[in-house]
Amino acid sequence: MATILFDGVAYGMLLFVLACGLAVTLGLMNFVNLAHGAFAMAGGYVTVILMDRWGVPFLACLPAAFIVAAALGFVLERTLYVHMYGRSHLDQVLFTIGLVFMAVTAVDWAMGSSQQNIKLPAWLQGRREILGVQVGIYRSFIIVICGTLAIGLQLALMRTRFGSRLRAAVDDARVARGLGIPVGTVFAVTFAVGSGLAGLGGALGAELLGLDPNFPLKFMIYFLIVVTVGGTSGITGPFVASLLLGVADIAGKYYVPALGAFMIYLVMIVVLVLRPHGLFARPR
Amino acid sequence: MSAAEGLARRARWRWPEIVFWLVAFGALLMPSGKYLILNEIAILALFALSLDLILGYAGIVSLGHAAFFGVGAYTAGLLAKHVTGDPLAGLAAAIAAATIVGFLTSFLVLRGSDLTRLMVTLGVALVLGEIANAFPRLTGGADGLQGVVMGKLLGQFEFDLFGRTAYAYSLATLFVLMLLARRIVQSPFGLSLMSIRRNPLRAAALGVPVHSRLIAAYTLAAAYAGAAGALLAQTTAFVSLDVFEFHRSADLLLVLIIGGAGWLYGGIAGAVIYKMLQDGIATLTPQYWQFWIGLFLVVFVMVGRQRLIGGLYGLLALARRR
Repeated sequence: MATILFDGVAYGMLLFVLACGLAVTLGLMNFVNLAHGAFAMAGGYVTVILMDRWGVPFLACLPAAFIVAAALGFVLERTLYVHMYGRSHLDQVLFTIGLVFMAVTAVDWAMGSSQQNIKLPAWLQGRREILGVQVGIYRSFIIVICGTLAIGLQLALMRTRFGSRLRAAVDDARVARGLGIPVGTVFAVTFAVGSGLAGLGGALGAELLGLDPNFPLKFMIYFLIVVTVGGTSGITGPFVASLLLGVADIAGKYYVPALGAFMIYLVMIVVLVLRPHGLFARPR
Repeated sequence: MSAAEGLARRARWRWPEIVFWLVAFGALLMPSGKYLILNEIAILALFALSLDLILGYAGIVSLGHAAFFGVGAYTAGLLAKHVTGDPLAGLAAAIAAATIVGFLTSFLVLRGSDLTRLMVTLGVALVLGEIANAFPRLTGGADGLQGVVMGKLLGQFEFDLFGRTAYAYSLATLFVLMLLARRIVQSPFGLSLMSIRRNPLRAAALGVPVHSRLIAAYTLAAAYAGAAGALLAQTTAFVSLDVFEFHRSADLLLVLIIGGAGWLYGGIAGAVIYKMLQDGIATLTPQYWQFWIGLFLVVFVMVGRQRLIGGLYGLLALARRR
């Protein structure tokens, strides 16, 4: 029971790091980015390549995954996404689905369609008993990293100059621009950081979630659930939502495996019908 | 010109429409041919037509339209397997089942923004897919529903290997449902849908019952999608979980957008272009055709679909003036 809870929390933390970039682009900037998972996949594959082919240690791969995914996000934002901000949701959906299709097949072509494995260093493997609960070491590692990131993000968004600029730019881009805030740069940096975090999540999660070319499609719905259910007015809502989702998913798969993800989807529909703006948000 | 005359003019048959249907039915006279792909095109066109009814006319963006397609397919497949192999009975049952599911889920899409609707429609399709997966004894689970045996169409025509009967059957269904859709969108009901798409608040102020109209449109579209699903199940004698999958709904959006939403024939035009593209690219790179579809989609949106389709209309208007 406690182990399931623990695994669920680790899974939820991971989901949060994967999805928090989307929480900002979709939640705050109101841009429907279905291709968010592609950046996570990029991070995962960077780790696989670095570790398998070049023998880079796992810990050094994590920042590399962040940097590559962030760079990718930055370039794509400046060249393609920037033209899509003002478009209708339908256009955004079509555009990002196109990107997903391209990413999926490109990775399939370059790396093959098989499941990729990464080999964790020995000190991260295994389980240990703490207070009578079986605790996976790697999962504790994930909880520590992701928890730190979550707190850091919340502080960055609320306490720093950049955070307040971002919030201003999101609230009213025109006025923010008039006040001298470089809105385009702020968005680009935000997008890059969000993509980088997704890449980091992909690298961390390759062990738990699996990694194959269909990753962006498989987890797209989870990211979207985190953001829509969590609400779109900050990152606290998505954080709580991803923890709930993680615990519910692990518990559901453990106790009633036959139902699969059925419960998750059902709960999402119910929540969205009752509270269209998410669990933790006031309608704007 | 009075308003009534204007409306009547909109409803009139134009010669490209007539030519199109003549060509489509004329293809049946070909000695042998690509009936299988023609059949696929007809089914996809019907499916896209159904999405057009809600996206192009009522303005509801759906990422889970495969839900009703799947319900129709499984209904028709199960009926043929366990009860009767008569195609028309299967079609009717599939439409009925999809209508019921459509009506029940239509209440879910009334509230919320585009994003909520996207998620809810997607969720409905996923839930139905999980349900189909959870009852392998009934649906065959991941192996698909096997042992579907179809009877003769109208007691006369057997479904042959080349798919000629299948194409004729699908095309006839498409034609009948298109006639119906034409009638519906040009009725006051259809006009009220368009007003809702443009501005729901204003439509409501003008006395249009927005909610009940949206429910009706959504249910109708579900029925059409169910018919398309039934055609697929009957003409291929197989149903798999694939009918509920996300990529089916996403491809469908693409098909409709290629053809242009909001003029009924967009679905057909899109289906023809999409299947040709897919067929052409698939022969070049069998494994990676999806990449080019994706690229096409990105470029298509970047250039601007309004501009592309508007450009085509401009050309047509130019040709007509000459």
